[in-house]
Amino acid sequence: MTAAPLAIDVRGLHKSFGPRAVVQGLDLRVARGQICGFLGANGSGKTTTLRMLCGLLTPDAGEGTCLELDIRKDAARIRRRVGYMTQRFSFYEDLTVQENLDFVARLYELPDRERRIDAVLQRAGLTDRRTQLAGELSGGWKQRLALAACVLHEPELLLLDEPTAGVDPKARREFWDLIHVLASEGITVLVSTHYMDEAERCHRIVYLAGGKVVVEGSAEEVVARSGLVTFVGTGEQEALSEAAAALEPAPGVESVAMFGQTLRVSGTHRQALEKALAPWRARQGLTWVDEPPTLEDVFIHLLSDRRFAA
Amino acid sequence: MNLSVHRFVAVLQKELIQARRDRFTLALMIGMPLVQLFLFGFAINTDPKHLPTALVMGDDSRPARSLVESMRATEYFDISQPTSPAEAERAMARGDVLFVLEVPVDFARLMERQERPAVLLAADATDPTAVSSAFAAASGVGQGLLARDLPGAAPPARPFDWRVHRRYNPEGITAYNIVPGLIGTLLTFTLVVITALAVTRERERGTMENLLAMPVRPLEVMLGKIVPYIFLGYVQVALILGAAVLVFQVPLRGSVLLLLVGLGLFIAANLAVGFTFSTLARNQLQAMQMAVFFILPSILLSGFMFPFAGMPGWARVLGEMLPLTHALRLIRGILLKGNGALDVLPHLLPLMLFSVVVGTLAIRGYRQTLD
Repeated sequence: MTAAPLAIDVRGLHKSFGPRAVVQGLDLRVARGQICGFLGANGSGKTTTLRMLCGLLTPDAGEGTCLELDIRKDAARIRRRVGYMTQRFSFYEDLTVQENLDFVARLYELPDRERRIDAVLQRAGLTDRRTQLAGELSGGWKQRLALAACVLHEPELLLLDEPTAGVDPKARREFWDLIHVLASEGITVLVSTHYMDEAERCHRIVYLAGGKVVVEGSAEEVVARSGLVTFVGTGEQEALSEAAAALEPAPGVESVAMFGQTLRVSGTHRQALEKALAPWRARQGLTWVDEPPTLEDVFIHLLSDRRFAA
Repeated sequence: MNLSVHRFVAVLQKELIQARRDRFTLALMIGMPLVQLFLFGFAINTDPKHLPTALVMGDDSRPARSLVESMRATEYFDISQPTSPAEAERAMARGDVLFVLEVPVDFARLMERQERPAVLLAADATDPTAVSSAFAAASGVGQGLLARDLPGAAPPARPFDWRVHRRYNPEGITAYNIVPGLIGTLLTFTLVVITALAVTRERERGTMENLLAMPVRPLEVMLGKIVPYIFLGYVQVALILGAAVLVFQVPLRGSVLLLLVGLGLFIAANLAVGFTFSTLARNQLQAMQMAVFFILPSILLSGFMFPFAGMPGWARVLGEMLPLTHALRLIRGILLKGNGALDVLPHLLPLMLFSVVVGTLAIRGYRQTLD
């Protein structure tokens, strides 16, 4: 790691709910100013980890710091310097945009409330909607409001839990533009997501499985390290469907996915994969190209890897 | 589209599965009727006996003692040791006794002379129904028993007269009892229900997670949620009290300020109860059920619907623990009896104690994390 100060530095976090161990020995270090993508299957422990980092849950075991404050002892102080955006919209639907922000600003006892709220409304493009009830906003605008409320107290660290779930692509892109602006101002962002295009916009990706970090690095590093081989087939639709059905259970093939007119077939052992593909490469009307895997291929590969099954 | 039995059964089955999963609601639905049935079945008594009675003895003759004995024998009166008229009066104002029995000076002699002395039976008629059957029982006393105590004289048809006083409510108007009772019951009802939903609603809508992630302390949340309803409670008081005085001509004999202070404590007690439920319930339906579970005994065991003095000892102990019981005594005392601060202090203290204890429970029940 670099000598840059760490925004998050935790070791060996554990958390169980009854008999269900959700986080099992998680280590995580995030440098200041970084946008870190938090990936993993549903139930892999992303939300629980985020909640432990901002003091909403107490870890069963493990230790560490968040903004150089002890996550066990200084939960109250961490809360003042962290912005946490919940997965589910959790502002008051029967309050207007402005009223919600005003409520948050008062809870943080922010000086100069009006100026700050105006600034954040401007930034999130919510100025025209300030008198609208939060419950009447569409999904994308709700997320903007939630983000605006999270950054109102100028936190040093943002913990965003699937902030763009159910939001249209344009709104997602704009949301991420906003995140990059915030990061350029020095805010550290830890954001969980299931979207590959979003993961690619992160400086670093951390992939979680079974409550542990299994892969981390930049998107390129993660792809390179996966050792995945991908073949892309194009051609006659019927032959492609036939190939897909036959390749699915074949040894050496780890994932098969149709994308419109193309079929993507991946595996970690080139020889085994080529052997399985051989009859289909000879097939009339189908052409196969050896392509570098995408982050999505890698992600699917990780998700279906039994070693990491949650 | 035709009605389909299959679709109907599908919905039915889904409801049954959901009902089975919600154990708490199911337990309440089965447990509540049983608990309430036994509780109220044994506790409620519309013909209350053993009513506390103060005795003023102007005459210590045999006939006088005999009269007291036969009053006791009716089982309607629990007669205490003789006391002074002033002390008896005070005991009734405080609500310690429901009756004062006053045997006049020269009771025996006047009877012997067939001058028909007047025996005073004064009742606290703020709740007219509570004392009516005791009145009826008293009127039957004295008809024959005096023959053996007055040797020599021919047994007179009516050896003495009953002088009956209905204190605080001479005409026995039931509205005098109902209206003050309603002030208390309505406050309990609206305030407990509203606050019981307060935190549960945040939890159900998911806003709780956000609230917890922000730097706000439990006491701040509780006070912030409760104070608006204290104000609302006073608006209710003003409405009912205004209507009571203007429409029902209920007298307002004591200090309005004292009444408002007392009701403030009562309001606080109810809000503390509601907030505690709010921290315990998992959803709004459960919170509602808990509220009902509290409100029903409040109405039935507080002396509002049925005379408090008529309940068995254990039910009175339960009743003493409910804020409404003390609030009713307080309201009746101030409105109808003109009680002063010193008279109502015994009703204020339990309300204060209740608010502090339950309020502490509520704060402790409020979780600062999602653990």
